Amino acid sequence: MLYAPIVIIAIFSFTESKVLGNWTGFSTELYTSLFSGGVNNSLIDAIKNTFIIAFVAATVSTLLGTVAAIGINDLRYRKRRVVNFVNNIPILNPDIITGISLFLLFITLGITQGYTTVILAHITFCTPYVVLSVMPRLTQMNPNIYEAALDLGATPMQAMRRVIIPEIRPGMISGFILAFTLSIDDFAVTIFTNGTDGLETLSTYIYADARKGGLTPELRALSTIILVAVLVLLIVVNYRSHRQAKRAAEMEQQLSNKKLLRR
Amino acid sequence: MRNLVKFFSRRRSWSLPYVLFMAVFIVMPLVLIMLYAFQTKDGGFSLDNFERFINQPEAANTFIYSIGIALITTIICLLLGYPAAYILSRLKPSTASLVVMLFILPMWINVLVRTLATVALFDFLTLPLGEGALIFGMVYNFLPFMIYPIYNVLQKMDHSLIEAAEDLGATPRQVFGRVVFPLSMPGIVSGVMMVFMPTISTFAIAELLTMNNIKLFGTTIQENINNGMWHYGAALSLIMLVIIGITTLFTDSSEEGTNEGLL
Repeated sequence: MLYAPIVIIAIFSFTESKVLGNWTGFSTELYTSLFSGGVNNSLIDAIKNTFIIAFVAATVSTLLGTVAAIGINDLRYRKRRVVNFVNNIPILNPDIITGISLFLLFITLGITQGYTTVILAHITFCTPYVVLSVMPRLTQMNPNIYEAALDLGATPMQAMRRVIIPEIRPGMISGFILAFTLSIDDFAVTIFTNGTDGLETLSTYIYADARKGGLTPELRALSTIILVAVLVLLIVVNYRSHRQAKRAAEMEQQLSNKKLLRR
Repeated sequence: MRNLVKFFSRRRSWSLPYVLFMAVFIVMPLVLIMLYAFQTKDGGFSLDNFERFINQPEAANTFIYSIGIALITTIICLLLGYPAAYILSRLKPSTASLVVMLFILPMWINVLVRTLATVALFDFLTLPLGEGALIFGMVYNFLPFMIYPIYNVLQKMDHSLIEAAEDLGATPRQVFGRVVFPLSMPGIVSGVMMVFMPTISTFAIAELLTMNNIKLFGTTIQENINNGMWHYGAALSLIMLVIIGITTLFTDSSEEGTNEGLL
């Protein structure tokens, strides 16, 4: 039942019909047209924008969030509680509130909305998840290791690079992947911060498209590709060598947990 | 300069950049929502926006209607999700993790595409779009959020408690009513919250599923913001924030209650 709508999309990605639900014979036309530039430029632009924004936002969030997590972990109890509380606000807030509040911020500061504002907005709701993925690694770490490094003559910077970073790397990686997928998936925050210059991501493109009445048929092909890619990724992750599989499954579960937390 | 180097060699100072970032992009925007909500177009404090909300039957009705839809969605999700989670928790761990993965997989597809697929499914079965489609679509989108937390709690539950109850002569019904169900309360509470909060704030999903015939509160907020009625839109957002705040407080206290019950 959960899969019925998705199966329909996948099936109808193999027919040329303009309207979803109307079978006009088997064809791979949608796939060829998706890759040979048969679709209009605005869709290609939207796909490009989506990935550029997701990449930049995820990278910045990972750096900002990791540095922040290291700092927060060292704060005293009361301050740490306050910072963690504020960090949780974007996670608990509905997207529409986050979107509107940032919209008002940019309006008030007089910043023209476009690429920069969308990326800033995405960093705002992605970084808390990075902090949450890195934090457990830090709290589980034995604090004496860092002290030992300092006692053995390492500078704080060396101790950071050689001791702390390797320890928290898995958290950083899962944080990055999570931020990336959240950014790609986002609709509500983007629509309030993308301005009037027609900056579209995949989500806002689909929304505008659907409001006009019909979905660009090529999007069915694109969705199917994304689904298959994710499926293959999950299967590969599941069937890798034992230790790695275990670790990957752990990460995958963390990812799914947080993916579920969202929205 | 030396002071600066010394300052940043202390790890707790590393939280500073993110604290500043949060002040600007999380705290300030929320303060702005409040400021805008209590202002008219020409500035100056006023309660006009809230008066307008109460006096304008349309917005207030949409608000009550949205809460109703969110409640119905939450109840259906609970009725469907609890048995599903219960069955899942009885499966072998390897099978269960596979099924959980299958539940989560659709979440990787863009929400809007999934929603459009639901529209296509209704078209395909020649069912009318409207309230029924809206509730189906919401349940479809948010059911995993209900199943997952309940499943998590049930899975971690200490099975010796069930055996103890059985040994002491409880019937299966009593075991469920007196032991399993009360113990799964935290999962139910977080599931209810994770379904209720996003359903009350959705906007695009409702628009697509009802051909724009039924308006939810989220849509009203979005329309006001888009039409330049920022102050009124901010007031409506603040009302939504208050509802969400109340829900969070309510679930927090009930969660404490269940924890106390455990002791």
